[in-house]
Amino acid sequence: MIAMHAPDGFLEAPVALATAVIALVFVALALRVSGRELGDRQVPLAGIAAAFIFAAQMFNFPVAAGTTGHLMGGALAAILLGPWVGSLVVTVVVVVQALLFADGGLTALGYNVLNMATVTAFGGWAVFRLMRRFMPRNAAGVMGATAIAALVSVVLSAAAFSVQWLFGASAEVPFDTVFGAMVGVHVLIGVGEAIISALAVGAVLAARPDLVTGASDLDATQLAGGRRVGRRTFVLGGLFVSLVFAAVVSQFAVDNPDGLEKVAIDEGFIDSGRDHALDSSIFSDYATSGVGNETLSLAVAGVSGVLITLLVGLGLISAARQGRDRIAAS
Amino acid sequence: MAGGLDGRGVGHLVIHGHSPVHRLAPETKVVSTFAFVICVALTPREQMWAFGVHAAVALSIVALAGLPARVVLARLAVIIPFLTFAALVPFVAGGEEIEVLGIGLSRDGLWGAWNVAAKASIGATASIILSATTSVPEILRALTRLRVPKVLVSIMAFMMRYLDLLVDQLGRMRTSMTARCHDPRWLWQAKPIASSAGALFVRSYERGERVHQAMLSRGFTGTMPDLEEQATPGGDWARAALPPVVALAVLLAAVML
Repeated sequence: MIAMHAPDGFLEAPVALATAVIALVFVALALRVSGRELGDRQVPLAGIAAAFIFAAQMFNFPVAAGTTGHLMGGALAAILLGPWVGSLVVTVVVVVQALLFADGGLTALGYNVLNMATVTAFGGWAVFRLMRRFMPRNAAGVMGATAIAALVSVVLSAAAFSVQWLFGASAEVPFDTVFGAMVGVHVLIGVGEAIISALAVGAVLAARPDLVTGASDLDATQLAGGRRVGRRTFVLGGLFVSLVFAAVVSQFAVDNPDGLEKVAIDEGFIDSGRDHALDSSIFSDYATSGVGNETLSLAVAGVSGVLITLLVGLGLISAARQGRDRIAAS
Repeated sequence: MAGGLDGRGVGHLVIHGHSPVHRLAPETKVVSTFAFVICVALTPREQMWAFGVHAAVALSIVALAGLPARVVLARLAVIIPFLTFAALVPFVAGGEEIEVLGIGLSRDGLWGAWNVAAKASIGATASIILSATTSVPEILRALTRLRVPKVLVSIMAFMMRYLDLLVDQLGRMRTSMTARCHDPRWLWQAKPIASSAGALFVRSYERGERVHQAMLSRGFTGTMPDLEEQATPGGDWARAALPPVVALAVLLAAVML
């Protein structure tokens, strides 16, 4: 959808540059850490995993009544390969898609890599680690944590895009409109991502549990133990979590959570004839161009910005701790 | 769908030819493409003529490379979702309204839509020219010479090498599922798809392990040898610099005016 594969000129140059710098820092960090952790054995594996994520993005899964969506795979890659290698692998996928397939602009690489690889891998990893604490220590627990992490990672990606839009929009669309539409649509996409990611991790756990980095603390008997989750429980549980999530999100400012089109029509007619400054500078203008609730707009932007940063930071810390444990263990 | 792949794989990206664009050293093409797209992205949206010149430059390179218009247009289809989004912006954007066919549209929103449409289509054309005139091994060699970290280039190389294989495997899995009457329409019917994604991952990973062992037994030391160890011809840099230099001149003129 929209957070994915943004083309050239979608956000203004300062935001493109700033996000590129942040993304580069993360890639450099990931290269350093995985260089120490992996050795050349992992390079062919990482490459083939990248091809897997690329191919997995072509898996169209059914959503409802014959419409389909496809996997983003950031959280899945992080849970299977660890956040460092996972983020590198998705970065490579995004870069190749832009360079060779014209899917996403070359000058948009900064925010595309940040939103699709960094935020989903590290944010998803943080949520996964957090959720693991509340889940039983068995395969079902890992799958449950994967589902929630995958859902949140997609929504985080959309929220990150909305925050960047606030700073560098190419047109003056009110922040709450963009945020509402983006997050609303992506909660739905996230449900699909959650179910597919969890089932995929379950399938790998069944065949080669040693390949799931996120479950490396469990041994074979723990994985086999515990009640198997029935399909109905799983789907109902997933729906419940996503509904709670959607309800919480929609508490923030979402005027019309029924998708972009409805927002477009409503906003287009309701807000006619309001004046504004023609120059498109950052932040203050966008906040004041909101539908009279600039405080709310700013609050939502602030909260989501803090939340994204917090989760990505948590992911980093957790990844660093795991790396240290592994070195200590060896 | 992952853009432009249309199930036929990366081998079909290059359109064979012997044009001056095909013959340029790949690293000069990569740098030139990035520089050109950056100039286009920085051009102020109000200067419509500037985008005309940028588009003319891109199209003349398409012509020079002898790329069939049909193929370029088909690959441009990747950006259609964003053009749809851009088309919505005039309705949702705030600010001064102008009447178009009796509907009030935001002036700022119209500029925004134009901005994304123009920059996205010219930028995508530039990427398409690059991938249609430069083979994947050439692009990988270019990235190595441009000092992109070796690990990244290697990951990219393995990814490109095995992508077609995996996509084919995916196709076979799909065929066999369809042959067993698998036709899901609702999300809770997605389990077979997810299981095959998991199976695909395990198969890919095990293939990776086998490949690595095979490479080790043939003396792999962690880096791929560069078989064409030669300096970039200086003339290639000069020729490849032409489009970005024109774009830069246009950009400067557009900013000054």
